Parts: sequence; structure tokens; C-alpha cells
Amino acid sequence: MTKLTENLNKKQKNLLLRVIAAAVMLVVLHLLPLKDYPVLRFLLFMIPYLTVGYDILRKAWKGILNHQVFDECFLMAVATIGAMILGEYSEGVAVMLFYQIGELFQSIAVGKSRRSISELMDIRPDYANLEQDGEVEKVDPDEVEVGSIIVIRPGEKVPIDGIVVEGSSSLNTSALTGESLPRDVKPGDEIISGSVNMSGLLRVETTKEFDESTASKILELVENAGERKAKSEQFISKFARWYTPAVCYSALALAVLGPVVSILVFHRTSDWALWSDWIYRALTFLVISCPCAIVVSVPLSFFGGIGGASNQGILIKGSNFMETLANVKYIVMDKTGTITKGNFEVTAVHDEREHNIDDAHMLELAALAESHSSHPIASSIRRAYEADGATLDKGRVTDVQEVSGKGVIAEVDALQVAAGNLKLMKMLGVACEACRSVGTIVYVASRSEAADPENGQPAGEGSVQAGGSWEYLGHIVISDEIKPGAADAIRQMKQNGIVKAVMLTGDITSMAESVAREVGIDEVHAELLPEDKVTLVEKLLAEKKAAAGPKATLAFVGDGINDAPVLAIADLGIAMGALGSDAAIEAADVVLMDDDPAKIVKAMRIARKCIRIVNENIWFAIGVKFTCLILGALGIANMWLAIFADVGVMVLCVLNSVRALFVKGM
Amino acid sequence: MKKTYKIDVDCANCANKMELAAKKTEGVKDATVNFMALKMKVEFEDGADPAAVMQNVRSNCKIVEDDCEIFL
Repeated sequence: MTKLTENLNKKQKNLLLRVIAAAVMLVVLHLLPLKDYPVLRFLLFMIPYLTVGYDILRKAWKGILNHQVFDECFLMAVATIGAMILGEYSEGVAVMLFYQIGELFQSIAVGKSRRSISELMDIRPDYANLEQDGEVEKVDPDEVEVGSIIVIRPGEKVPIDGIVVEGSSSLNTSALTGESLPRDVKPGDEIISGSVNMSGLLRVETTKEFDESTASKILELVENAGERKAKSEQFISKFARWYTPAVCYSALALAVLGPVVSILVFHRTSDWALWSDWIYRALTFLVISCPCAIVVSVPLSFFGGIGGASNQGILIKGSNFMETLANVKYIVMDKTGTITKGNFEVTAVHDEREHNIDDAHMLELAALAESHSSHPIASSIRRAYEADGATLDKGRVTDVQEVSGKGVIAEVDALQVAAGNLKLMKMLGVACEACRSVGTIVYVASRSEAADPENGQPAGEGSVQAGGSWEYLGHIVISDEIKPGAADAIRQMKQNGIVKAVMLTGDITSMAESVAREVGIDEVHAELLPEDKVTLVEKLLAEKKAAAGPKATLAFVGDGINDAPVLAIADLGIAMGALGSDAAIEAADVVLMDDDPAKIVKAMRIARKCIRIVNENIWFAIGVKFTCLILGALGIANMWLAIFADVGVMVLCVLNSVRALFVKGM
Repeated sequence: MKKTYKIDVDCANCANKMELAAKKTEGVKDATVNFMALKMKVEFEDGADPAAVMQNVRSNCKIVEDDCEIFL
């Protein structure tokens, strides 16, 4: 009992005591032989009635003064006072008692899920250890300026995003990503607030303010998710607005028209028994008229679903997106970063045997030519070269020209080196064989500086096509690894109702098709420019509408870095691997904190479960209420059944809603 | 301009009523009440004085739901 009560606030404890006291009194009074003392009986029953219901009566009175007649308190007041007048004392007290039990239960359940979500989202750091003039001081993370040095000890939460300057450790990011494997960090690595330092002491230079840090952003996002209301939530609040008045007017009609019709049509004599029977029926109506069961269960389910999903590293930005996510039928995925790792690796180097150049030398030339480019392909070539322990001397490279969409031409030592795709080779007039390997192929050609000797200047743009002839050196094959869970995730998506899985990529067709075959994609569009992706998704949106109906939705999954326009036009934008990327968090509707494709399926399942619970609650509550209304009008249902229709339904709906929170094993 | 206020209210339907009352208040462009987070987000009309408008929002909410509170 103490354990139960320590979680209650003062209001709840007070109500609990009143309910218990009234319940005991009610039982005692029910057993006492008071039949022969009507006045005493009435007065005695008033004690538990007022004990448990005085605040309801007061609120009802205030509501009338404020011209807000149709609220729950008014209905309860009328129903119970009516029952008392009809002499049904036990029922009058019981209705009030159960109504209050329902209120108490609702308030406890809501408080409990509020608390469990804040526990799940326990990523808010309380302090930061700021290092100033060699001394470490505990401060409010809000006060730490960008560029300060903070110290994070083992067991502490990372308060602010930053870069490790000293120390190495493993970080537990499970509260952010749901991923239990720790992440190792060393100096130079970025670390993200909300993760927990597990082993070593870290000195970190902050790169963001507290408010802009990942943990704050995520918390803000989850807290604000409830503001974008789902269609079912809007439906329920509209429903509640007409339901209560409609039931009240019906009750009034029942109380007046019932007896009148009985007298006129069925020739009943007008007596007190007839009138009181119909008034009793009308009062049962009022008990059923409270819409709270439905109204509370819907936001509670969404809140639970969104909170549970956040704990798994899936941020859903609003209840409305929960609905969209549950109805996804078409899924469009970007290749790089979504299905593949996006970590391009050199898988083969083929030199042209006619020229006396070996693999390593050609790779060196290509790496030098690409040394100033930030393109992932370029960095993979550099990585492959440096993997052998060699270091790249950028000083050997001059006059770099990027040829958009084709490649790069640069001067390395006394040689002009061109590295790029087939289009570049064609442009330079280099004869080469197209490689049949699957992957991105970088062709490498060179010509000696001597071909352009007149002015001694490095060859300028105009001289690219002029001058001596280019010699083909060979090519480098670069492929992107498919994520280990990708094929499995796509299979599971199809089991979960996805009609069509489409892959979009800027890559060459052969590569794209091979990836698609391997993971089970239905439709591939390759060699796309960013603007093509937008038009394609628009086309797919129209196709989906025709094929799968207006309720079906299309989700686009990308890494969120340069696909913001596509994320925006799709019914639902899902950004992957967004840990630390503000742009992705801004642009997407659903944010997956890590880049595991299985999370897409998990997000869909969580959404389905949540929507199923919402629908169960809506139809169960409305169904039971309408059934009881009809039975009440016919005189079959008594007030006890009405209490069940009101409080019982609410308790069941709330318990069902709480299920939405449990998503861990999905 | 948008501002978020902490609120206190006991039942979900009461929260809906508060939302409706806030929306109808002069100077308020839009308002949403998040019952689970106990927060009210108010978007003000251009040129409206949030402090003054919120006083009205608060008293309008008190009319529809006597037992509510907005922490200004």
C-alpha cells in the first residue's frame, strides 16, 4: 500500500481516501435496516454522497454560473441528484463513487505513463563539468559556451555535443539509438550529448550550445510530437463536442416524450410509477454521456507509442505521422546510406598492361589527382592508397580542375592526370575499354607535360582537348557494401504490407540493378540527378494513389543529407542515421537515429500497433456506449450497467492504451 | 510568434475544451494543447501583445474548466 501511495500526488491521495471512506460507508448503510426511517436513511446516505462528490457538485454549480452547462460534473450531478430524488440512494452514491474511481484511475494512469516516458527518455543532462583556468567546475549545461572544454568522467552523461580532445573511452548510446553496442571514441571523434561515458575520462571541446545539442533537440521533438494531432484525435475531439449535448437532449426527450407517448399511444395512466421509470431511464443516459473514456485513451495511446519508439531510437515527430506510417504501402529508398553503407571501398585496381605502370603507381596518381576533392569516391581512393602506410603529399598536386559530373584533371609532378568516368575519357578522346565489374569505375589517363611545352605554364582549361594525346593507364573499381540487414529488412517490409519497394540512385544502372537484385527491390531508377528524384517520387505518388487507394501512403527513406526536397514531398519522410545531423532532423517526419534498415520495419510495426490500439479503443468505447444507450432507452439497462459503460470502459481503454508503450520486443 | 506555456489540467476532455477556448480568444491565431505533456502552444496574431492576450486566454480557459491553470 505504501508503495502504491507514494507515487500519488496530494490531490490523488485525498481522492483515494474519500473514495475508500465513502465505499465503506455505502456498504455499511446498505446493510443497516433503515427501511422504516426514511428521513434518517436519506440523511445517512447524504454523508457518503457528499464525501465523495462535493467537488463535483461545486464544479457543476460553477459551470452553470459560467454558462458551461454540458460538462461531466453537471451530468454526474444531475444523474445522481435525480437518482436520490427517485429514492435510489445506493445507486446515486455508487454512480458518484465509481465516477470518482474512474477519475482517480485515469489520473494515476496518465501520471504513470508520463513518468515512464520521462524515464525512457532519460537523456537530459543535469550538469556539465566546465574546465576553466585548469580548474573543473560543475555548472548548468545552459551556461557552457561553444568552444569551451568540458570534462566527462566515467558514468556521466555527455551534456553537450563536441569533439574529443583528450582521452578515449566507450560510449553507451542506447538511450539515443536503442543500440546496446558501445561506441569507441578517441581524440578527434565527435560525441553526442545524451550518450553515457562508460570507461575513460574524456576532455571535450563543445561544438554546440546546450539548446542546439542532440539531447535537447530530441527531447524537444518528442515533447512537441503531441501537438501535431492525428486524424483520429481530431475526430474524437469533434465527436466529444456533439456527443455530450446530443445525449443530454435525448435524455430530456426520453424523460418527457417517453411518458407522453406511453399515455397517448399505449393508453397508460399517468402516474408517478410511469414518470419515475422514464426519468430513471433518462438518468442512465446522463451517466453514459461522459466522453472521457474515448477522449483520454487516444492521446494516451499516441503518447505511449511515440515515447516507446523514441526509446528505440525512432523519433516520430507527431501523432499524424504515426497514422501515415501505419499505412505505408509504397516505400522509396535512396541507395547510398540507406541500403548500402555509403562507405565506398576500392575493390579492384586494373592496370593497362601495355603501359609500363603498376597498380600501386596508378593508384598513387589517382589518389593525388583526387586529393582535393571531398567526394566519397575520391576519399575512398585516397583511403585505399593510404592503407598501405603511404602518405599523400598534396604539394605534388597543382592546377586541379573538377569537371562536373565527369571527374577531375590535375597536374601531378610533371604529369597531367585525369581520373573520372567514361564520359571524361570520351571527352579527352581516350580509347579505353568499359569495365564489366559491378561498381563505380574510375578510369585513369595521363599525358606528359612535354605535350604542352610552349609557355611552360601548366595546361589551362582551354588546353584540355588540345596538346598531346592522352594515354589510358587503367581503372579502379569502387563498390559500396550492402548493409547486412538490408535484404532481411526489405523482406520483412513486404510481410508487413509494403506493396512496392523502389530504389533511387544517382549511380550507374548496372551497379544499381545488382544491389536491387541482391536485396529484393521491385523497381530501380538509376543515374538520377537530385531533381529527377523529385519528379519520380511525384509519379510514384500518383501511381500509389491509383493502385493502392487514397489511404495508402508513400514513404521516402534517405540519409537526410541532400534529399530534403524528396523527404518533403513524400507522404512520409524518413531520415536514417541522423545522429547528430540537424538537417535530417529538420527535414524528416520520422528520424531513425542509427542507420540500421531493420529500424524501418520496427517503426512500421510500432505505428501499426499504436493505431490498432487507438482504433480498438475508439470503436470499443463508442460501441459499448451506444449499446448501453439503446438498452437504457428500452429500460433494460439499469444504472449499474451505465456505470460500467462509463467508468468500466474508461478503465479498459486506458489499460489498453498503456500497451502502446511496450514496443521493445518488436 | 509562438510561445509554449506549462499548464495543469486533470482530464483529457477538459484539455480539449481549453484548446477550443484559447483558439477563440482574440489575438490568438492558433492554439494547441498537449494533454500528455501538459503544455499549451499559442501562436499569436501579428502585433498582439502575448502577455495581455494570455491573461484573456487564461480567464477564458477558467470559464470552460474551472480547475485548470496556465503558468504564465
